[in-house]
Amino acid sequence: MSYSNIAVRKFDAVIVGAGGAGLRAAIQLSESGLKVAVLSKVFPTRSHTVAAQGGVSASLGNSEPDHWTWHMYDTVKGSDWLGDQDAIEFMCRKAPEVVVELEHFGMPFDRTDEGKIYQRPFGGHMSNFGEKPVRRACAAADRTGHAMLHALYQRNVRARTQFFVEWMALDLIRDAEGHVLGVSALEMETGEVSIFHAKATIFATGGAGRIFASSTNAFINTGDGLGMAARAGIPLEDMEFWQFHPTGVAGAGVLITEGVRGEGGILRNASGERFMERYAPNAKDLASRDVVSRAMTTEINEGRGCGPNKDFVLLDITHLPPETIMKRLPGIREISIQFAGVDPIKAPIPVVPTCHYQMGGIPTNYKGQVVVPVGDEPNVPVPGFYAAGECACASVHGANRLGTNSLLDLLVFGKASGETVVEDLKQMPAEHRSLPADAIERTRERLERLDARSGGESEYETRLALQRVMQAHCGVFRFKDKLAEGVEKILEVEQRVGKVAIKDKSKVWNTARVEALELDNLIEVAKATMISANARLESRGAHVRDDAPDTAERPNGRNDTEWLKHTLWSRDGNSLAYKPVKLEPLTVESIALKTRSY
Amino acid sequence: MTNRTLQFKIYRYDPDRDDAPRMQDYSVEVNPVTDRKLLDVLVKLKSQDDSLSFRRSCREGICGSDAMNINGKNGLACLTEVSTLKSPVVLRPLPGLPVIRDLIVDMTQFFKQYHSIKPYLINDTPPPERERLQSPEDREELNGLYECILCACCSTACPSFWWNPDRFVGPAGLLNAYRFIADTRDQATSERLDDLNDPYRLFRCHTIMNCVDVCPKGLNPTKAIGKIKELMVRRAI
Repeated sequence: MSYSNIAVRKFDAVIVGAGGAGLRAAIQLSESGLKVAVLSKVFPTRSHTVAAQGGVSASLGNSEPDHWTWHMYDTVKGSDWLGDQDAIEFMCRKAPEVVVELEHFGMPFDRTDEGKIYQRPFGGHMSNFGEKPVRRACAAADRTGHAMLHALYQRNVRARTQFFVEWMALDLIRDAEGHVLGVSALEMETGEVSIFHAKATIFATGGAGRIFASSTNAFINTGDGLGMAARAGIPLEDMEFWQFHPTGVAGAGVLITEGVRGEGGILRNASGERFMERYAPNAKDLASRDVVSRAMTTEINEGRGCGPNKDFVLLDITHLPPETIMKRLPGIREISIQFAGVDPIKAPIPVVPTCHYQMGGIPTNYKGQVVVPVGDEPNVPVPGFYAAGECACASVHGANRLGTNSLLDLLVFGKASGETVVEDLKQMPAEHRSLPADAIERTRERLERLDARSGGESEYETRLALQRVMQAHCGVFRFKDKLAEGVEKILEVEQRVGKVAIKDKSKVWNTARVEALELDNLIEVAKATMISANARLESRGAHVRDDAPDTAERPNGRNDTEWLKHTLWSRDGNSLAYKPVKLEPLTVESIALKTRSY
Repeated sequence: MTNRTLQFKIYRYDPDRDDAPRMQDYSVEVNPVTDRKLLDVLVKLKSQDDSLSFRRSCREGICGSDAMNINGKNGLACLTEVSTLKSPVVLRPLPGLPVIRDLIVDMTQFFKQYHSIKPYLINDTPPPERERLQSPEDREELNGLYECILCACCSTACPSFWWNPDRFVGPAGLLNAYRFIADTRDQATSERLDDLNDPYRLFRCHTIMNCVDVCPKGLNPTKAIGKIKELMVRRAI
């Protein structure tokens, strides 16, 4: 195929990704009258936001007193103080507004007897600065993400947003001065490549959970935005921090929401013991996700796991009234029957910690602008480039995300990035900056390589190898030697990725080509993760290593003197740099460093 | 549990290469533990023949990507238990929509009908500072409606939709139309009913009920269609 006649499509703004963040940003831009293109590998309602279950957090206080400052405290604590407090304040303050807006868009939230939005308890959500659990997770049964994604898509239908469905963005286009001018993209149906030339480019490409062998993530979660950013010279922030969700269905990896424990579910080991009481005497089963996942892994490692291989624990809701399960957790019941072969009304669900969420990503500020270090200034906006949602690192989740803060992140930063683009475009000249002569070079090279090569590595086998290395060397618990070995191994996998060949050369809906192009993105994320994790010589949040144990001097193995800083990994030479955590919120007092316990 | 060999007959068509569609035979070793769902087996097949094309994403029945015709019945590959399948397993694209390639159909017409029912909340009163109130009972009216995943299993199982995909809204679109009619926050019931009061848009439904039979989420479009008809009758008297 020749890539000489590339169509150029001009828009004010292009949004890559049509999950929660992309759709929320699109509403902002479309309703402002801007000419916007939204690109998505899948029809918008098939984006992975659809699989979120438990809720979206906001201190509405519909069932009991709550306050955004408590939400902020919980988020900072959950992040193990690695989150930027300006962004966290911004998100928690904005939460009630964006959730109410979503209700106005038509979101079918469950209701309290008074007709308000129903809220349930969730891990790490506490009242009065960590005192006792509070109902903060706004829910539509256990299908909150599905209800939210559809409501956001529907609002975009109303706003007549222009979608490019089943288009895969391939590379970010920057000019010599570093301005971002859009993306190149592949239309899957025809195999044609276009340039989307835009004054503003928003990445909302979601996570990359598919770098791990066992993941709750969809097939499409291949970190495309991160790969594109990394190839265009943008560093990736805090990539060592990955959330392992405590309750993935053993074997299948499918998510079982924390809302199950919010509704009263209990984790039990082989002897039926409610083991979380030993690890988190106060919050118990509703401790933060990293804490619960480690506790479960410890139980399994110490021989107290269930089943013939003692390799899972049980999530028990058999004590709940069947009506509650049918009303509040109907989707979970379906999933358990489908993927675990048990009806949770009658028997507990076998679960294991499963890779779920990427806390790090493309560095942004709380306005959604992508920021990079320039000279001594760590956070200089890249002109024309924005990011929101899981692909971005604002950083609100720091070293560990609280449940339900992901859906909130999508709404708050999707909207904020849209608002910022609307404002920034007012300052920009009416004409688009010219495309550089080599705008399509990187993309052309990648595509021609795949077209030309007849023999080489299998994409499928190489992807599996990548996932196995990540799983074995960079999991719930991390080990000094394993990490060092992991770096070597992942660099070997990178060599294989460069030699991947596909047999299918068709132009039409060539999924082999799409998967090979995705692998180019997965490998960037995998390298960033392994190299950043190997270098961070402390334990914090989801990153816990054997050579940084819990001691009196360094509780939980955290080392604020040396490691209270964000990692920045750059593709060029796999180099690492660091930048300070923003401990100053916007209007309130800083939440002082403290040892984290639940 | 031991592996078993399963035979497949899969519809193949690549307009870039083939003059006409064909059925291709595959034979695959199925591991009862790791290949529980049809999608697992399809992914395995694709690892052997990378030209086999199908849509997939969440692999848990919530995104609606991998709808196909499985042994004559529409369903989601990711929710179809392999052990229940009769060999040879015959896989075809969803019927009634143009095939783009292999198991991938052109869903334009399906989404056009979905978009035609104005699938968004219409309420022109100024939004209150807080949420609009809705009683738990009123909210319950949306159960069995809002869960639709737009997989198109229902509409492409419906003979009325096969005959008039351009004029009949189809079960998925009508289920979603009723989702907004049933929502106490929506103020456009009357316009919605006017729009559907048409010999084709609504009344091509002849309660064949294939839609109910195939819905992977256990939803009942026929019932929703019945409720729309009931509201029209009630409005007329």
